[in-house]
Amino acid sequence: MPLAHQLYDTALVLAPTGRLDHDNCEAFREELAPHLERSAKDGTSIVLDLSGLEYVSSAGLRCFMLAAKQAKAQHSRIVIASMQPVVAEIFQIARFNLVFEAYPKVRDALAAMSPAAAAAFDRG
Amino acid sequence: MRVRFWGTRGSIPVALTSADIRDKVAVALMRAGGRSFESIGEAYAYAEQHLDFSLSHTFGGHSACVELETGHDEYFVCDLGSGARPFGAHVLARQSGRPATVNVFMSHVHWDHIMGFPFFGPAYVPGTRIRIHGCHDVLEHAFRLQQAPPCFPVEFAQLSADIEFVRLTPGEAREISGIRVTPAAQMHSGDSFGYRFEAPGKSFVYTTDSEHKLENRAQTERFVRFFQEADLVVFDAMYSLADAISVKADWGHSSNIIGVELCQMARVKHLVLFHHEPAYDDATIEGVLRETRRFEELTRGTQALQVSAAYDGLEIEV
Repeated sequence: MPLAHQLYDTALVLAPTGRLDHDNCEAFREELAPHLERSAKDGTSIVLDLSGLEYVSSAGLRCFMLAAKQAKAQHSRIVIASMQPVVAEIFQIARFNLVFEAYPKVRDALAAMSPAAAAAFDRG
Repeated sequence: MRVRFWGTRGSIPVALTSADIRDKVAVALMRAGGRSFESIGEAYAYAEQHLDFSLSHTFGGHSACVELETGHDEYFVCDLGSGARPFGAHVLARQSGRPATVNVFMSHVHWDHIMGFPFFGPAYVPGTRIRIHGCHDVLEHAFRLQQAPPCFPVEFAQLSADIEFVRLTPGEAREISGIRVTPAAQMHSGDSFGYRFEAPGKSFVYTTDSEHKLENRAQTERFVRFFQEADLVVFDAMYSLADAISVKADWGHSSNIIGVELCQMARVKHLVLFHHEPAYDDATIEGVLRETRRFEELTRGTQALQVSAAYDGLEIEV
């Protein structure tokens, strides 16, 4: 799964796309791993921009759970933003809305990270 | 085949409180809005058609006990949780004094799955045959132990029925009184076992107290084969997925999400959510059912999966 990334001040936006399920969840974890490690080292916050994610299965949700656990253990922060309605419903049914802070838009998430991150986003 | 649920609650029996009943009655009266009913039948019809199930009924509180009516004289039942007490009363009433033969299939011997046996009426009737099937080597020990002093006043040896323990092997099918029964090993503390029951053209899977590790594809594929094209799967959906894979990981239970996904992969016809969390009230279980049906819609392939939530008293024709 391609994982586009963009740094805004000290917040890193990662954007998984397509479907996240049994077939590609391990590849997604491998893509995510270096960003989580960096987050532990330099305190970068992570925003998962899910606007391009069309579907997530239980296996995909497990990847999100592992990322949330790792972030918590290393005292870093990972949040989600811009979920498509279907993915938002699946998160709610699986009670992942209780695991992640979720924001309507990426900018909202960045603003919650820091004013500098939101300002960097506004500058484009 | 007909499946009849005598106990559907997980871990420990629960009961509605007087406040729960008061609240249900009060809300029902409010919803009726001054309507009057000419007969009790009209009132029943109103309750059935216009009130939420969680308001007009209850999912119930007995721990696991599920009967499989096979059309044969002998009884088949999965687990002997507290639901075994009303199941026993049903057997005695139906037998009208004739001794019964009861085939029991034990998922495991944790207390909530055996606690009904000391109150299982047919165990006290001479001539009754009770065959307790299972895959655990501690099966007989567990049943004897819970009736030994100081836990219970009637020791196992004092039971009048002819009680036999039958050891089954996971993965090995056995023909039992016209039904093909195949046990499958499951992940649970101390191990548990699911059962697939097959009669010509019909299949029913009972799988409770079973955790599914999402990262274990071999296990997933094994369960898809076990469930393959079953008419009915009774599935441990005790926790939300988030809880099942985080704070309650390794507690030995599963979730509604995993139940739907496994049943979709196996092209099952009907999934029944079972082993309800004891902390959930009726409205919460009804909410979980509603959400599970929605999840099934969102993820449906070419075949729809019917989804129900088990309740004490539910009967499903397979």
